[in-house]
Amino acid sequence: MEEKVACGCAAPAPVNTERRKIFKIAAVGLAAGMGLQGRSAHALETVPEALRHATGDLLVEEDAEGEPAPLKVADLRVGKPLLAFPYHPESKLVRSETRLNKVVLLRFKEEDLDAETKALSAGGVLAFSAICTHMGCDIKTFMTSEKVFACFCHASKFRPLERGSVAGGPAPRPLPVLPLKLDGDTLVIAGPFATPPGFTAQA
Amino acid sequence: MKGLMKGIAVCAVAVLPAAVSAALGDYAPVTDARLKNPEAGNWLQYRGNYAGWGYSPLSQITDKNVGKLQLAWAFATGQKEGHQSPPIVNNGYMFVTTPGAQVIALEAKTGKELWRYKKELPGEMLQLHPTNRGVALYGDRVYVATVDAHLVALDAKTGKELWVKQVGDWKALQYITLAPLAAKGKIMVGSSGGETGVRGYVAAFDAQTGEEAWRTYTTAAPGEPGGDTWPGETYKNGGGSIWITGTYDPDTNLAYWGTGNPAPWPTEGRKGDNLYTGSTITLDVDTGALKSYFQYNPNDAWDWDEVSAPLLIDTEVKGKKVKTAVHAGRNGFLWVLDRDGQKLNFVDAYPYVNNNTIKSIDPKTGRPTYIEERRPGMGKGNVHFCPSLWGGKDWTPEAYNPKTGLFYIPANNNLCAELPEPEPTKYKKGDLYIGYPIEAILTGLRWESGKKDAPKTMGEIQAWDLKTGKQVWAHKFPTFNWGPLLTTGGNLVFGGGTNDRMFRAFNATTGKLLWEAATPSGVTGVPTSFEVDGEQYIAVQSGWGVDAQRMQGGVDNLVGYQTVVPQGGTVMVYKLAK
Repeated sequence: MEEKVACGCAAPAPVNTERRKIFKIAAVGLAAGMGLQGRSAHALETVPEALRHATGDLLVEEDAEGEPAPLKVADLRVGKPLLAFPYHPESKLVRSETRLNKVVLLRFKEEDLDAETKALSAGGVLAFSAICTHMGCDIKTFMTSEKVFACFCHASKFRPLERGSVAGGPAPRPLPVLPLKLDGDTLVIAGPFATPPGFTAQA
Repeated sequence: MKGLMKGIAVCAVAVLPAAVSAALGDYAPVTDARLKNPEAGNWLQYRGNYAGWGYSPLSQITDKNVGKLQLAWAFATGQKEGHQSPPIVNNGYMFVTTPGAQVIALEAKTGKELWRYKKELPGEMLQLHPTNRGVALYGDRVYVATVDAHLVALDAKTGKELWVKQVGDWKALQYITLAPLAAKGKIMVGSSGGETGVRGYVAAFDAQTGEEAWRTYTTAAPGEPGGDTWPGETYKNGGGSIWITGTYDPDTNLAYWGTGNPAPWPTEGRKGDNLYTGSTITLDVDTGALKSYFQYNPNDAWDWDEVSAPLLIDTEVKGKKVKTAVHAGRNGFLWVLDRDGQKLNFVDAYPYVNNNTIKSIDPKTGRPTYIEERRPGMGKGNVHFCPSLWGGKDWTPEAYNPKTGLFYIPANNNLCAELPEPEPTKYKKGDLYIGYPIEAILTGLRWESGKKDAPKTMGEIQAWDLKTGKQVWAHKFPTFNWGPLLTTGGNLVFGGGTNDRMFRAFNATTGKLLWEAATPSGVTGVPTSFEVDGEQYIAVQSGWGVDAQRMQGGVDNLVGYQTVVPQGGTVMVYKLAK
């Protein structure tokens, strides 16, 4: 078998053009409009560092407009998921350029969390990647009866109380958990996703 | 940042064999004349012919000998999810597509891989329908439309990528699942996305250059005919998506396309007929001009996309010769339209599955009157309706056999749904635009009203005589049916679609089950038939996923246990034992 590159993918111009656009976005902090393209881009490592979530980032509600206001424990109601993006506490850069940064927050009563889960939570609030590990749809539904996140697209289910483990459906791996900590009553990202966020590509 | 450079190289790779098999002849270019009058031994397009029949005239495999059908070869595609595309065959070359924007070219006789193309998909995108429904062949090229809303032209012999055109914006959740339609130098595609607030369209591209020739939207803007059927600017995200390849009448140069549901699902914000959603529309292939339409579901409230294009059949209807366009509707009626002349005129409609939602159909215009309490909406609480969201028949194609004169429908009966009060919804680019709580939709499948236990049968294959408007036979399955149909000159109907992984052959005249064989996964692929070196083959992809899997989830929710159907795609090719 001879592997042959059959397209103009090695052509430098479009790649550089796109790269410049991304740098520009990073520099001016624009949140919408442009996008990342390309192969294997499901790995967050392909996203420029300035656009990735970071330890110490605060969280802002997904659809909030204007200067970001940090989400606090009291902004969440028990059992009601909320979508959020990380943002840099000083530059206020909201890292919404890539969906891979999108987070789903869910608050529990602290006594419902086991020790391992509690260590990842802040004030009873847990954070997970909001991108389904099956086909990349937004995770924003919590089924209270089964205590699982459910994905609309193909009904994958994840257990937030068991570090995002798969409870059903086609998802091939857990929903990545994002550790949180508290600064006063403000939610702060305490570390990277436990596993890479994004859909699971097939070879 | 080095990783970034590597990561954003937009690229696709074709893997070529060292040498093309000596047994294969030259590739025969696909012309308009061949598409119009396809040879019996080839399967050149989605449904075999422009009229959408799903019919092969081949008659070596018959109702008498089909019991001797056995596997000739099988080929693993390496992909999971729904494998729905037909194995399309030209002169010994076979082309299949799979989920993951992949095209595989195979030697039709042996299954030997000739080349493989896989378009890399943006890692950030989400896939509501991870599938692909096939290629179009035209000239010496293969065309595939991808789930990230691009159209790609490939060299049929080598798989070399010749051009890639962006058709829609995947970030706005426009995506393409259909096999393109090729005619008169144009490659036509349309956008899916009825649940993501797209404004549906059919777009045509120059087969040679990829330049866009025209684009016709399926929701009417103010000032256009039908523009007054949408309040304000609701047409802009009004749905009417295009999921399935159109049929085509070369005599009139009109392509027939089925359109999807209006968006969002609740009707309160879009009072009016919402033209041209839930309809068949006809477009002039040269210009894209919309010439006529017939709307099956004015102001739809049930997610009843009418996406499969009508089959074009010249037949007798109740003693009168009619050039018909026939469509088994998601709304549970079999619609017969007259396509002769300037308009698509209503002829008749027959309920083919239980429907408790349509009170009557105007005998002159074909316009349905709904039972209002069956229409979900504000202030109505939980509303139960039949057929379900997936309808009497979803995208899975029907078939027509000119030798038996029968029209075959892969149906789902005795399945209903329930929707609660709508929730406030606002269009947001890149998000779902539905208007009901997602949890309620995931658990919304119901048996018929008042029935506690599962029905004895759900899936059906039905045969209808268009001349009389009567059902001739129905084969019923204990589980639902998601199987596209093939019918042949050997008096056979082939289909899979059930969760027991079976692929089956039926007597086309009587409906008697004649042959079945288990496949590696479940069969939701479009079956085809072709001939190489004087031998007839039957081909289909096995590969469960997408809406069959969703419906299984709905049924499992009702019965209280989980049904596992293994995933993974395989091209299955059968022939008679010697």
